[in-house]
Parts: sequence; C-alpha cells; structure tokens
Amino acid sequence: MTSKTLNIEAPALDFGEHWEYAPAPEGTKVEIAARYGAFINGEFVKGHGRKRLATVNPATEETLSEVLIANPKDIDDAVAAARAALPKWKRLKPQERAKYLFRIARRIQERARELAVLETLDNGKPIKESRDVDIPEAAKHFFYHAGWADKLDYVFPGRKARPVGVCAQIIPWNFPFLMAAWKIAPAIACGNTVVLKPAETTPLTALRLAEIFQEVGLPPGVVNIVPGDGTTGAALAAHPGCQKLAFTGSTAVGKELARINAGNSKRLTLELGGKSPHIIFNDASLDAAVEGVVQGIFFNQGHVCCAGSRLFVQEDVLPEVQQLLRARLHNLRVGDPLDKNTDLGAINSASQLATIQHYLKQGVAEGASLQQIKTKLPKKGYWCAPTWFEGVQPAHVIAREEIFGPVLSVMSFRTPEEALTRANNTPYGLAAGIWSDKGARIFDIAAKLKAGVVWCNTYNRFDATSPFGGYKQSGFGREGGRHGLLPYLELS
Amino acid sequence: MGMNSSKHESGRPVDPVALEQRAASFCTRSLKKETKAQGLRLVVAMTDLTTLEGSDSPEKVRSLCRKALCPDPSIPNLPQVAAVCVYPKWVALAKECVGDSGVRVASVASAFPSGQVALETKLADVREAVAQGADEIDMVLQRGAFLSGNFQEVEDEIRAIKDACESAHLKVILETGELGSMDAIAKASHLAMNAGADFIKTSTGKIQPAATMPVTLLMLEAIRSHYLAGGGMIGMKPAGGIRAAKEALHYLVMVKETLGNAWMTPEWFRFGASSLLNDVLRQLQRLESGRYAAQYDVTET
Repeated sequence: MTSKTLNIEAPALDFGEHWEYAPAPEGTKVEIAARYGAFINGEFVKGHGRKRLATVNPATEETLSEVLIANPKDIDDAVAAARAALPKWKRLKPQERAKYLFRIARRIQERARELAVLETLDNGKPIKESRDVDIPEAAKHFFYHAGWADKLDYVFPGRKARPVGVCAQIIPWNFPFLMAAWKIAPAIACGNTVVLKPAETTPLTALRLAEIFQEVGLPPGVVNIVPGDGTTGAALAAHPGCQKLAFTGSTAVGKELARINAGNSKRLTLELGGKSPHIIFNDASLDAAVEGVVQGIFFNQGHVCCAGSRLFVQEDVLPEVQQLLRARLHNLRVGDPLDKNTDLGAINSASQLATIQHYLKQGVAEGASLQQIKTKLPKKGYWCAPTWFEGVQPAHVIAREEIFGPVLSVMSFRTPEEALTRANNTPYGLAAGIWSDKGARIFDIAAKLKAGVVWCNTYNRFDATSPFGGYKQSGFGREGGRHGLLPYLELS
Repeated sequence: MGMNSSKHESGRPVDPVALEQRAASFCTRSLKKETKAQGLRLVVAMTDLTTLEGSDSPEKVRSLCRKALCPDPSIPNLPQVAAVCVYPKWVALAKECVGDSGVRVASVASAFPSGQVALETKLADVREAVAQGADEIDMVLQRGAFLSGNFQEVEDEIRAIKDACESAHLKVILETGELGSMDAIAKASHLAMNAGADFIKTSTGKIQPAATMPVTLLMLEAIRSHYLAGGGMIGMKPAGGIRAAKEALHYLVMVKETLGNAWMTPEWFRFGASSLLNDVLRQLQRLESGRYAAQYDVTET
C-alpha cells in the first residue's frame, strides 16, 4: 500500500480565542520570609556565609526572598550535626524511624496547597503540575519509604543491611520539592543522616520542608538543609565527613563531582541529563502518541531530565503526526503559572532562557525549520513559546545536546532497525518512549533501547515503587523502588 | 474506495487508556465568570431537547416545544434550543408548535432504538417522518450486521436511508454501549461518515453506558481525522447520560480543544438530553441572582 497523502487543501483547524477561558488564578497567600538562613541541627540559623542570593519569581522577576549562600563553615556545621545525629538515628527502632516518615508524608499532604503555591512562585511551573504532581508525589515517596524502614533486612535476602552514614545530597531546580523528597526519604528510612543542598534558584520549598521536620519532631541533625550556589555545592561534595554523595543535575557538574571524589571511598550516585527518544511506529494510535509526545516534552516547560526531546516518526505517518502535533500544540496555554488553566509556565531563570534561545538560533543556523505556536507571552518574566523543529537531522546539535526547555526535534525513520540506531545514537540513556499497537514489536524494541526507563504507549509515568535512573552519561544509581535503597545501604 | 476510507483512517488502533486520561484532562479546566455564562448559553443553544417515551402525549410534545422556544423567560438573552427530538408520530405536531422559529424538529426513525426490522420498513419509517416535516433524522446503526462483520450491509443501509432523508440532515446513532470496544466505535464512526452521515451520535439513551467523555472524544478524533484527510466537516452529538451543567461545559472544552472554533456552534455540535437543560437553567439563574435555584424554579415539561 502506498503511503497516504494528506489533502493539503483541507483547511487547517482553527483554535482561536473564541470562548476564551477567563483567568482562574489560585490564591497566593503564602508567607515568605524576607530572609532565610540554613536549617542545621533542627534549628533555622543565620549561617556564617556573608553573601546572599535573591530567589526570584521567574514569572514576574520579583524577588521573593534573600537566601544565605552557605559557606564552608556552614557546611562543616551541617555535616557535624548530621554526624552527631547518626548513632542515635541508626540505632532507633526501625518502626520508630518509619513513624517519622509517615508523619512527614501526612504533614506534606496537610500543607499541600501552600507547598504547591510556593513551588509555583519560586520555580515558575504551572500550579496544575505542582498541585497534581510535585507535591502529591513527594508525599508518596515518604509514605513508600516509611514502609521500608522496618523491612530492610528482608530486602536483599541473606544479607544484613546497615546505613551508609552521612549523605550529602545536591538537587536541581526543576522539581525542587519532589527531588528533596526523592533524596531524603530513602536516606533517612535506611538510617542515614543527611545534608541537602537545594538549587540556587529554588531554595524555598526545601526550607519549608525543614519546617515540617520541626513540626513532626524529627530529631535534630537527621536532616540539615544548606542553601547556596555552586560554591556551596562544591564544598559539600568535597567534604570528607560524608560517606555518600547523591547528585541530580547536569552531566557537566556530575562529571566534576565524580572528579572531586575520585580516589576516596565516598559512594556516589549521579542522575544526570538526557536526550530521550520517542519512537512512533505506523501502527500506533496516533492521537494517543501525539498526546504522549506533547506531555513528554512540554511537561514542566521541558525542564525534565527524561523529557522526550527527540521524536522519531515512521515516515508514512509523518505528515499525519505533524498535523496532529500542530493542532494539539495550538491548544497549549502559556502564561501565568498560578492560573489553573495554564499548561506551560515560566522558564526557571534568565540564564536558562538564554541557553534555550541559544539552541533555537543554532537549530535555525543548522538548517532545521523552527515552528512555534502563536501565543501572547507576558512582558515580564522568562518565557519560551512551545517550539518544535522539523527537518532535523540526527547530526544537528539540537538533536544531540540537552536543551532542557520546551523544544522538540521531529525526525523520521523507515525501518525499526533505523529507529533503534538513531534512538540509541546519543551519549545519554535516561528514558525512551515506544508507540505501537503491536505487542511483539514493543517487547523487541524495548529490550534493545539503551535507556534506564522505557515507557510503552505512555510517557513520564512515575511511581515511588519503580526505580528510575540512567545509562551512559545520564548517570548511575537508581532512585525509587527496591533498587533505590541500595545506594543508601551497606550490605554484608 | 476514496481517501476517506483508507486503512490509516478507519483501521487506526485506539488506546482506551490514553483516551480516558485525555478525557479526564479536560475536566481540570477551570471555567469562571463570563466563560461560564457564555458556555452555559451555548449549551442551551446546542441542546436537542428530547422526549422518547412510550407514554409521550400531545400535551407533553406541546410543553416540550414551548420550553424549546423559550427555555426560561426569567433569564435575559437566552437562546432557544437547537431542536426538539421526538418519535415520528409527533413530528407534525412538533412542527406546528415550533413554526418558523428556527427550532428544528428531529425525529428518530429506522425502527429506533434497536433497528431490528427489514430495511424497507426502516425506509418507510424515515419517509414518513420526512413527509411530516422532520428537519433531521436520527437513525440507528444496525448493530447486528456491524457486530457480525457485515460492514457492507451497514454501509448500504445508511446510504439508502440518507437517500430517503432527501434534504433532512442525517444523524447516525452508533449505540456505542453495544459495540463492545473502542476500536469498534472508531470503525463505526468512520463507516457512518463515509456512508453519508451529517452527524454521528453516541447513543439512543435506551442503553447503558450512553454518552461518556472518552467515547465522545474518540468520535471527535474520528471526525478530526476525517476532516484533516479532506472529507469535510461532520457534526457530533453525544446523547444520554449528560445531566449536569458542569459536565456539559467539560464537553465544550473537549470540542474546543479537539476540533476548534468551527465546531463550537449548534450547527456542528449537539447535546441529546432531557434533564440537562434544567440544570443549565438553574446555573444561569444563579449567575443572574447570586443564589442557588431550587428544583421548582425551573419548569418541567
């Protein structure tokens, strides 16, 4: 059968402003202090660092608060507190440790609305996502790991499990609260103590989590939170008092951290970047596939390490997929992150926006065709319209490097072998998506994709019970599930 | 075989899980103030106000038609409904009641609701309704033939009934609650569109489940695919089971975000419902008065 040619004379669908949705803003009554220090040994302290950084609302460019840049002395204090808390915490009855995690989870649920609004203010992500994804998922991680706390001796049969010690954890700005939960929950469930550094541009919700630790009476020093910039992260990563370093962020920084810790006995897990592929076969449900691709790249403005940023479509359905993609993208609503109808919020920072714009220019210079939906972007703040490139070649820089923004590269393939070769031809290997109605094909392709997570006929589905992590330059170590306990346990 | 019946369009598999998720996402849209008021008025204008009971009486038909012309005198600038939908026996009376108001008279025909009679009998049923003045014919897809795989027979029957409709618009009721799978519903949608349906409609209202958001979304996607392939615009009518104003607004969101502006009119989208209208009127009364309306604040037909 010949491939279907679409009638180009058929008028395109019109998604104008007819029956426009009125603004539906979420209330913003959330208290934010003018200044924040660090959370060390169960207390909020001013800190020794003299420098502060302004954390801004990326949708308005207004400064929300001035936050301490923790210096090496602050890190010494935090590590000392974690070290001092360790003996009691690891010997505490596991059932008692579990109770603290349960209490944290329930308190997160009780304060969910406040946390969601604060996350949206500090990060720029739509309230729809902070409310429905970030905060509920964070609570789930504490609930899930509470369940493990008293069963650790049965996780790996025949082996005795002990905590690793003091864990240094450095998290990124794309899911500030959720990443704090991903890191802290397994660590303390396993009997470790923690020094966590939130990202430079998004420290507020992690500090709110510290309030929750106080509320539930978590013993002082079990979790310490030290805000700051790259210098703070470097001091924490290099600190000899930590037995483990867990990092989520860019591949460049991950490599640097590995270098810093080369030759010592510190355990390291890295969850880094990605350039994850979607493969749409011609027997897929195209409506479902397009929806999945859209969610896969435009969720959280594309600030997702496993964002499906490379799309490979079997050539005979490419025109149809492009048509559906265009129609779907014209319905994405970009703007005020606090509006409940907003699908894409603000880019997290001026520097990230500059990075994205650099790649857009590069894509055009390389000869790809830039497509953007027409949308009125707010004057203030950092914004990028949903973008896709057509006519992309696998050798283009935009098809190889992580952009970390709402930018999709659309490419085609003819045979399944070609799809596989192209999908795997990347230094990364975090996630992949397969779209096909044929079970045999799904199993075949999934087994041959070099990616830590392969989603079939869905994308970006997460669960605390399911391990997440990468291959190659996307890092090593897993988070979530039974596998996610391993980095926080010594087995004997 | 034309482009419209190509393998890609009618043989495309459907992912029911994805449909449910996408349908649910429309319900998270928050519709406030003017958007809500406009949307509710649009729902009124898109309503096929329906009575299809064995107990229907001339008085029932008269009061239904009155309600269609003027759903609520207490609400300013309220549109009339799109159509009244009755059995063929009541078409002449309904036509007399609505006059030249612009409210259309739709008649179910073709041995509604089961369609289990010979084609000649169905054609006679349709011709009778058309002769009485029906503007629109709501026929039922022959599920027996469809489920046994005799698609040609189903298609031929729709074509024959389309001919019998003359200038009346033809809505083909798929009775999705009897088709067994989303794949079958997609196939039936394309089959009906290719055979000449002006509208495709979910249900008779006599079988459960009737209209649901995932099924309606699937049919809207089929209409989109038909349209993008150059097959022209086809109308959509979910019927049965939509009772709450809020639910109807979610359907409108789904139409707006799946097919766009062109379908946001009574010409291309209808709600087949009887009790929905009163809930919409109560919501509109509340927007006018600021208080919640009681059951007795709206008229029963």
